[in-house]
Amino acid sequence: MKGSLIILSFFATGLLFGVWRWFPKELLEYNISFYVLCALMFSVGLSIGNDPASVRQFRSLNPRIIFLPVMTVLGTFAGVVVVSLFLKNRSVSDCLAVGSGFGYYSLSSILITQYKGIELGTIALLSNIIREVITLLLAPWMVRYFGKLSPISAGGATTMDTTFPVIVRYSGKKYAVVSIFHGFIMDLYVPFLVTLFCSF
Amino acid sequence: MFVVLTCMLAGIIAGYLLRKRKFRFTNRLILTLIWLLLFLLGVEVGANKIVVNQFAKLGFEAFLLAFGGVLGSVLAAWLLWVMVRTKFQSK
Repeated sequence: MKGSLIILSFFATGLLFGVWRWFPKELLEYNISFYVLCALMFSVGLSIGNDPASVRQFRSLNPRIIFLPVMTVLGTFAGVVVVSLFLKNRSVSDCLAVGSGFGYYSLSSILITQYKGIELGTIALLSNIIREVITLLLAPWMVRYFGKLSPISAGGATTMDTTFPVIVRYSGKKYAVVSIFHGFIMDLYVPFLVTLFCSF
Repeated sequence: MFVVLTCMLAGIIAGYLLRKRKFRFTNRLILTLIWLLLFLLGVEVGANKIVVNQFAKLGFEAFLLAFGGVLGSVLAAWLLWVMVRTKFQSK
């Protein structure tokens, strides 16, 4: 819980700085966060390579974990269908199209704007950013109550890049390969499923 | 995306080659970088005019859909976690 609160406070501070424009323009122009992500990935790699036990531990994982992407899809769809019952002005297929972004907000919002218009596209953008943020903020809490696979499922298509370092930090190095595998498979699902639900 | 994965691969190789030397600082470095990245993500989201302007109007729906998706997938992952673990214990 303490981990989540610290993460939340950094994110919230950044949010305020962004809204009040308290940052040099170059920060966004040069895409600094991308370089920080690369540095972060390098450090995570360093800690995995430096610890031969993490590779050995990976081999001890249950092969059934290969079904995790399927669980992510089914779980997301079940949750989204329940929410769609409360959103009277949105059809189930529209909600499923938004849910099929799995956190991949750039691609899903572009696709949905093309197929269904700017309003649903904006919802897809917001909703998938929120999914990524929820995963980043609550990963320590999810691991504690729902097991080490839960932040990987919550991260959806982002588990091989933006949410990867947080997952490795809180689920453990043993799950690094699972996280990359999951993100890779989900990345392939997104364009296919979004298009499918937009065609209804 | 592939640049990001290449960075990690480079890290793994560097870490493996230097495995005789234990890096005690990596965990603290990772945590600090995670905080920095979260801060920058906040700045990016806060500075995005579309996101901020539409948030009042569409944010609640977007939040509900994100929340439903996350909750559903977390529960599904929990189910798999329980299945995987009981399989292990019965062995």
